[in-house]
Amino acid sequence: MSAVARTSIVFARMGQADAHTLAGYVRSEGYEGLRTALGMEPQVVQQSIAASQLSGRGGAGFGTAQKWSLLAPTYPRYVVVNGDESEPGTFKDRQLMERDPHQVIEGALITAYAVNATRVYLYVRGEMALAQERIGQALVDAYAAGYVGNDIMGSGWSMDVVLHWGAGAYVVGEETALLESLEGKRAFPRIKPPFFPAAKGLYQQPTVVNNVETVSTLPWIVRNGGEEYASYGGGRAPGTRVMCLSGHVRRPGNYEVEAANITFRDLIFDPDLGGGIRDDNQLKAFIPGGGSAPWFFEDQLDLNLDPGPVGAEGSMLGSGAVVVMDHTTCAVRTAWNLVRFYAHESCGQCTPCREGGSWLEKIMHRIETGSGRMEDLELLLDVGDNIAPGPFPHASWPEKGLEASPFPYKMTTICFVGPSAVVPMHSALTRFRDEFVAHIEQGRC
Amino acid sequence: MARLSPQNVVQAREVIGRYPVPRSATIPLLHLAQSQDGHVTQDAMAHIAELVGSTPAEVYGVASFYEMFKEHPVGRYLLGVCTNLSCMILGADEILEHVTGQLGIPAGGTTPDGLFTVEAMQCLAACGGAPCMQVNYRYFEDVTPASVDTILDDLRHGRPPLGQQVPDHGTLSSVKLPTPVTASDRVRPEVIHAQGAVES
Ligand SMILES: Cc1cc2nc3c(=O)[nH]c(=O)nc-3n(C[C@H](O)[C@H](O)[C@H](O)COP(=O)(O)O)c2cc1C
Ligand code: SF4
Ligand code: FES
Repeated sequence: MSAVARTSIVFARMGQADAHTLAGYVRSEGYEGLRTALGMEPQVVQQSIAASQLSGRGGAGFGTAQKWSLLAPTYPRYVVVNGDESEPGTFKDRQLMERDPHQVIEGALITAYAVNATRVYLYVRGEMALAQERIGQALVDAYAAGYVGNDIMGSGWSMDVVLHWGAGAYVVGEETALLESLEGKRAFPRIKPPFFPAAKGLYQQPTVVNNVETVSTLPWIVRNGGEEYASYGGGRAPGTRVMCLSGHVRRPGNYEVEAANITFRDLIFDPDLGGGIRDDNQLKAFIPGGGSAPWFFEDQLDLNLDPGPVGAEGSMLGSGAVVVMDHTTCAVRTAWNLVRFYAHESCGQCTPCREGGSWLEKIMHRIETGSGRMEDLELLLDVGDNIAPGPFPHASWPEKGLEASPFPYKMTTICFVGPSAVVPMHSALTRFRDEFVAHIEQGRC
Repeated sequence: MARLSPQNVVQAREVIGRYPVPRSATIPLLHLAQSQDGHVTQDAMAHIAELVGSTPAEVYGVASFYEMFKEHPVGRYLLGVCTNLSCMILGADEILEHVTGQLGIPAGGTTPDGLFTVEAMQCLAACGGAPCMQVNYRYFEDVTPASVDTILDDLRHGRPPLGQQVPDHGTLSSVKLPTPVTASDRVRPEVIHAQGAVES
């Protein structure tokens, strides 16, 4: 028996093979949340979401109702659903779009009704062909059945939902880059202020951008009430969330959990969740919130999955992706892999990210392949400091008397891609300096 | 062939109608052009610029930014091997090496018969099934050198790889743009207002 009860709210239909069809969806309370919402005043829907304390599942964890309440009072205004999922380690939104596409649509419609939006755009990552087709088919069926379009369910309220998809660029996931992309431009993140989407978003109009998992949670909340949702989990972000578990665990996969009530140890080792490290190997490190989150180690295993304590310990829950590395993993190679990713995905607008990221990548690569120099270690930190100046977040290391440096960091760049290239280098170098030295001195781990 | 065909122009106009500002259709129309020609041609980009009211240089700027748009023909089957973190620590490098070895081409290359293109991909959001790869943007998870061999063999013999249907060509992520646009779009005053607000 597992110590951890798993809870199905946003993933409730994952066991249902035909959940992606309209018939299957409607059979399991599909569009009932929307029907309930349409019988309420939009402000009452907003209050229900506020009571749920739902926070964004895309990475930043901003309060969903609070975000909606910041919309500038002008029209037209838009709802944009962020389905660009591409943060290394994250694979929940794709599953939601492929297997429960109507729930994404219903959640987007509830959002649009609550904020009195003009139109909804669903932005799906370019490489996710099945997700595009499933959402496309779901829209065709939902239009035909009167769940989308004119006079939805006889309520007198009309809304159009447009499916849009990208063409391959990680930075599109950043919400202002996503809006640029949706406007038919290169995905250059915009400078905030003034370009907070709530004030100046799509076509310079007020815009709500929400993540796929965030909007997928809304139908349940409207059906069951905000207080009911808030009674799950606890901590700074109540409710359930889907944790994407991958790497060297026996049972990788997506697990919906009352996050704040469980620890990383539960997630990784519980027989009903991760099931422990493969081959009974030792844990070396784990990433608690996607590739851009500073690394955690054995000492952090008993932390709860709650943004507050995780931030104080030097990292973030980010996109909910936990990547586990066992003792056979080479820290230098792993960190280089991630640095390479962020350097490769730089849009090139900011010099510290464009130049600094590729410097970090080159230096890491030469260390990894055995042609590094001892001075490179200081150089890495120096280049990192140009991108994210000042104390950089890292976990505590009690054995060496190292205290945690809390999340977040300062940055010299427009968006988080630049500092994200610093993260894996800094985490690996802080904890596994001896491995860097071994690579430099002996050309290998 | 390179400008959009009359039939595709009809579709392009329908797509443009989904947005208050025509330029928003740039990426969907680049996908349409690529599905027509197998890659994005100069003429198609000029044609798209005409249709959405921007310049060929702007369309090229967009096309070159996004990795799915190809300036040169790609193979009938685009094999995308994820090389990011979760896949890498579970053997992605060996998978990529195996694929390129079997086909005798480097990552980024296309076989002389035009059947296969291999690409090293970034995290494909399938990390729970690492290592993973895509064939024409359809997923294959927990792949091994042996299952890769089966996939290649199936494709060479025109069979669905491991029994899974994949699009006909490596530039087709999906077959068609399926979103319908209802009459409500055309009558909603806010949308017309949006166009005015943005143009001014
Ligand atoms: C570089 C970068 C990449 C991001 N990628 C994604 C993504 O793929 N999906 C997503 O929903 N949010 C992503 N985000 C967060 C979005 O900017 C935004 O905060 C989120 O979509 C808001 O939705 P939420 O409030 O529902 O979480 C990313 C942010 C950054 C800085
Ligand atoms: S930090 Fe990097 S990705 Fe972000 S805007 Fe600057 S250059 Fe572009
Ligand atoms: S790392 Fe390969 S799919 Fe995410």
